[in-house]
Amino acid sequence: MTPDLLLALGGHFLMLSLLAVGGAIAVAPDMHRWMVIDAALLSDAQFAAAIAIAQAAPGPNLLFVPLLGYQVAGLTGAAVALAGIMIPSTTLALIAARWGAARADWPAVRAFKAGMAPLTLALIAATGWLLAAPAGQWVSLALTLAAALLVWRTRLHLLWLIGGGAVFGAAGWV
Amino acid sequence: MHDDAPLARPASCTALFLSFSALALQGFGGVLAVAQRVLCEQRRWLTKAEFLELLALAQVLPGPNVCNLSLMVGDRFFGTRGAFAALAGMIAAPLAIALAAMALYARFAEHPVVAGALRGMGAVAAGLVLGTAIKLATPLRTSPLGRPRALALGLACFAAVAWARLPLALVLLTLGPLACALAWHRLRAEDPR
Repeated sequence: MTPDLLLALGGHFLMLSLLAVGGAIAVAPDMHRWMVIDAALLSDAQFAAAIAIAQAAPGPNLLFVPLLGYQVAGLTGAAVALAGIMIPSTTLALIAARWGAARADWPAVRAFKAGMAPLTLALIAATGWLLAAPAGQWVSLALTLAAALLVWRTRLHLLWLIGGGAVFGAAGWV
Repeated sequence: MHDDAPLARPASCTALFLSFSALALQGFGGVLAVAQRVLCEQRRWLTKAEFLELLALAQVLPGPNVCNLSLMVGDRFFGTRGAFAALAGMIAAPLAIALAAMALYARFAEHPVVAGALRGMGAVAAGLVLGTAIKLATPLRTSPLGRPRALALGLACFAAVAWARLPLALVLLTLGPLACALAWHRLRAEDPR
């Protein structure tokens, strides 16, 4: 693996980092355009596998980014991709959070918090909605609804719920 | 349920790192539901309203929401060191697992039992996120916006993203300023200075 390629990989992800409003998955289409189509570093299947594994494994979905880097250039590639996607957004998040915390009583900051709260909530609900199966897959939808109810109304450990879903699926019912 | 119990704080950066590692490792199909459960209900480091506020900021900034959230929580208790302890906890152990899974994936992805289990986990993960949204709605009852406006804004945002599939940046850049302006107006009316 040439240093040039690592540099290009890191540089591309550094640039995408500040565009990733809504998470790294929001810039996945652009990563695909560069890595699969323009630079031909990865196949379509490799790109899809990185996203599928990051979804299935525990932890933030952002992890598909180091997995992409890993397939290009091993562990070095994973480290470069992760550093690239994280450094700019992390720096900005820290600065913004401190700025806001130091001015918590400013009317503009209070208005931001009060105004954004319902939108944030709606975005969480929309994520759940989009992750759920399309209409017609009733068993899967019933499983989703049951999980939502149990999270809302009980203090059952979330791993029991995920494990239950895995058992249902492994038995071939979903 | 336990909303009135007193808040706690993490003992050290190590405690932050370990708590965030533990919650990240439970986060199949997204960490948000577990983060809310652990941070607000088990550790009691944040109220639901504070969680929603930090998440709102994490959401409009670039970068993964839950990573931004872990940075902000860590920073709040132990400054820069805490921020990176929490972020490292969120990423390190799951990254090791994801890399190992990547190596195994090619061999087992086609296996029907594995594929079925992944589908089942995916369905439950969607439910966890929906249930978390319902739980986080409680602080909105006392929103300065007033319930009808908060509800209307939430429904508009949901419809724009989930139903019309508009790009997130577009939705946040249109509904965001509108919501903040409404809130500004209501806060002014409550507390004219």
